[in-house]
Amino acid sequence: MNIIKFYTLTLFIAVLFTACSDNTDDPIVIDENPLAEFNLLSSFNVNGHTLEVYSDQNQYTTGYNELFFRIKDNETDSYVSNATLSMNPVMHMEMMSHSCPKSTILKTNEDSVYKGFSIFQMPGNATEYWELNLEYGIDGQTYNLAERIEVKAPADGKKRVNVFTGLDEARYVLAMMPMTPDVKVNDFSAMLFKMENMMTFPVVEGYSIEIDPRMPGMGNHSSPNNEHLVFDTSNAMYKGKLSLTMTGYWKINLKVKNTAGEVLKGEDVTEENEASSLFFEMEF
Amino acid sequence: MKFHKGCLPEQVTKGHQNKKVSVIWSALVLMVFTFTNVYGQTENPFATDSILTVQLDEVILIKSRMPEDYQKQAKPLASIDDYLEKSHKVNMMKRGAYAWEPMINSMTSERLTVTIDGMRIFSACTDKMDPITSYVDVSNLHYAKVTSGQEGAELGSTIGGGIDLQLDKSGFENRGWRTSFESGFEANNMQRILGSEINYSNESSYIDADVIYRKAENYTAGGGEEVAFSQFEKYNLSANGGIQLDEEESIEASFIYDEARNVGYPALPMDVSLARGIIGSAEYKNQGFMGLDDFKSKLYFNTITHMMDDSQRPDVPIRMDMPGWSDTYGFINQAQLEAGKHSVQLKWDGFYNRSLAEMTMYPNDPNQIPMFMLTWPDVRTLNTGIYLEDEFELKEGQLNLGARIAYQGFRVADEFGLNSLRIFYPDLEASQTRFLKSISARYYRKLGDFEVSSGVSFGERAPSVSEGFGFYLFNSFDNHDYIGDPNLKNEQSYEINGKLSWESNKVNVSLNGNYFHMPNFIIGEITQGLSTMTIGAAGVKTYTNLEYATQYNATLESKWNVSSNLICNAVVGYHRGFDNDGRNLPFISPLAYSASLEYAKKSFTAAFRLSGAADQVNFNPEFGEDRTAAYTVFSVNMGKTFKLGNQNFMYTKIGVENLFDTWYSTFTDWANIPRMGRNIYATLTYNIN
Ligand SMILES: [Cu+2]
Ligand SMILES: [Cu+2]
Repeated sequence: MNIIKFYTLTLFIAVLFTACSDNTDDPIVIDENPLAEFNLLSSFNVNGHTLEVYSDQNQYTTGYNELFFRIKDNETDSYVSNATLSMNPVMHMEMMSHSCPKSTILKTNEDSVYKGFSIFQMPGNATEYWELNLEYGIDGQTYNLAERIEVKAPADGKKRVNVFTGLDEARYVLAMMPMTPDVKVNDFSAMLFKMENMMTFPVVEGYSIEIDPRMPGMGNHSSPNNEHLVFDTSNAMYKGKLSLTMTGYWKINLKVKNTAGEVLKGEDVTEENEASSLFFEMEF
Repeated sequence: MKFHKGCLPEQVTKGHQNKKVSVIWSALVLMVFTFTNVYGQTENPFATDSILTVQLDEVILIKSRMPEDYQKQAKPLASIDDYLEKSHKVNMMKRGAYAWEPMINSMTSERLTVTIDGMRIFSACTDKMDPITSYVDVSNLHYAKVTSGQEGAELGSTIGGGIDLQLDKSGFENRGWRTSFESGFEANNMQRILGSEINYSNESSYIDADVIYRKAENYTAGGGEEVAFSQFEKYNLSANGGIQLDEEESIEASFIYDEARNVGYPALPMDVSLARGIIGSAEYKNQGFMGLDDFKSKLYFNTITHMMDDSQRPDVPIRMDMPGWSDTYGFINQAQLEAGKHSVQLKWDGFYNRSLAEMTMYPNDPNQIPMFMLTWPDVRTLNTGIYLEDEFELKEGQLNLGARIAYQGFRVADEFGLNSLRIFYPDLEASQTRFLKSISARYYRKLGDFEVSSGVSFGERAPSVSEGFGFYLFNSFDNHDYIGDPNLKNEQSYEINGKLSWESNKVNVSLNGNYFHMPNFIIGEITQGLSTMTIGAAGVKTYTNLEYATQYNATLESKWNVSSNLICNAVVGYHRGFDNDGRNLPFISPLAYSASLEYAKKSFTAAFRLSGAADQVNFNPEFGEDRTAAYTVFSVNMGKTFKLGNQNFMYTKIGVENLFDTWYSTFTDWANIPRMGRNIYATLTYNIN
């Protein structure tokens, strides 16, 4: 038996100690269709064009929807890169019709891809439905389409949009921005719109949104070091930090305050009051 | 501290080796302290033989090959916890009938270094349900060496002291085959104990194998109240072997498999469905390697699996599983040098540990998915250190110097866990490094019938995994969730200790005391404004460095050899601990005492023992403590050895603990759970030599 063998082994163990971390970078996927990774939600064949609507979700969902558009000229079988688009989704209800908060549609870095968002307040049903109105112009000529789309509640049934009447009697739409929650301090943002009339939903600026994440399944405990959402003019969103201490079902209780600091909607969570009337939900 | 003549382990004394001593000394100088000493050329080469035994540490004999020693044990098949509790230096914190947590100087696991054959092992339970001592059993232990304060630095960086559990090995002795069967029964909790071992040894090889099995139902407290969830079941297998390669070289290996199932923890809201420890090592020994005496090089590993859940509890606010894992790999290289008046010990050791624990909570609402978190975020600890000790004779008396310097690195390996901790510490780095230092000096002298020894030392420890990285660890005693702090400073300890003893023909009296001043003492402090995680918890505490804490302990022991057959022992101890604001530290022993009468004649033994404590006057309600009432309990036992045939023996022992079925609870009983009431036990051992 040789002592050297023992040292070799010791050295071997020592090498093991300097445990290595693995860094595998995802390979970059190059694809023909720039939207190949997204889901095609609609394909409308109108005016000699095919209008394609893509999303990273697999349905039009209540809440925030980022939508990508492509226009194919059926004749040349090529995608149009110099179009201008605007949209106006309208929900036809039994007693009335209304629109929803939506953005303008802009061209992306990808030549033939256009992007915008729309925030559906509620899902459609058998008798009440959403209609997507699109106006687009190609080479000075304007086209229109009005097609029925199916807006569904999110598959997990979690609330990501609130429609409420504030203390000021105004109607608001508050939507959570999509995120992948994790056990950490998450970036968290939301958009707030005022319902000026049935068709107009301007962004509300300068308010604040207070968050109080809770786990109703576990004694309604909270988490530390959250940051309330404040308005960021650069992208018209309310941004803050949401810390989640474990996986599971979280209810993000909300309070909306106006520029004067008055609470327009939402209540504190206390021993007696389990939740605010204004909240988002997530489960992961 | 080492053993000298008259103590247990083998020690080889060698002649003049001054050259090596110089090497050691240069190393010592390189380290923290400098010291000059002159050793003469004319010393008797066997001077070490004349060195008086400085018995500072305490050795608790667990298993002996000598029939006489066997009979001296009050309860031969008791748990290792029982053995340790009998020690004057050790208290055991109880959360149930199984797996008690050792305390030395009223300090628990994070301030102690507990090893098995020198090997570092770390518990896998975030709730301290599985102290290291729970992964061995009396069947595979020879003795436990208990050291106080920096005397424990030999084993690793420590504040309060250390316990080294030495495995029972046959060694290279020509003793042939030996077999024994053991059985025991305890009436109070219907504990059944069965064990067997088989050993073979000759001058060039040995092999040992043993097995022990225990199963117990709930125990009954004094007065007849059943303590629910105090059952347990465990078995332990172990094997050792060795081969002598030549005159100087040998290799040895040892392996332990320990498994406990269905262990109840009445003081806690959770139980353990499985606790498993696998411990293995290989060792190379050389009596004359590069001129060093007793060179040893050991490699070891151990892996602990701990499955904690509340599935047996009838109503809980929420069901949860809390498994934990701890794996350790390590090495020890050590050598002994006897030269002139010096006895030098050199050690280079290191370990790498991985601690991971998780918590899954199942909501009562079946539509919600389970909640998950990492309570120990896969913390990797790398520690390597050098230990040096020199014990040598002065003109009058004897001096012992020791020092350890260690590097310790932590790394949070799990991204999920790192992000979790960053909720509290946004700038937390995944890795950190620390240096841990220890230095001690102790002087010993004999003055007529008196022996005096006194020492000073300094030591440091890094935060434990829970203290540094724990994430919402619920403490059921003070009803708080605990959060670790990775930025904690190392805890330090300045210690003064002293011992004065007087020995005459028949009487031996000694007074032993120590004083700890501990800067950066780590303790959980209430943090306002944090939401509790555990349902029903009163608040959240964060581990914090106090400015300092102070502790002192004093023990008066006496032994009276009434006659050659009768020995009378008495011990009384006083302990006190408080922080820089004068607040009492938790879990500090009140005035405690014990006394025993031991009778032995030929093959018959009998003993009577009493132990008790005064009211716990100094307690801290912030940690869930209250004024634990005074108590005194009594026990008796009797034993007889029968010689069967030539070489075979049968030992029997019966005894009663808590003779008067007193209901009592002590300062070490978690959440004030009562201790066992009257317990009648019997053991039978059959040895075939
Ligand atoms: Cu929770
Ligand atoms: Cu546990």
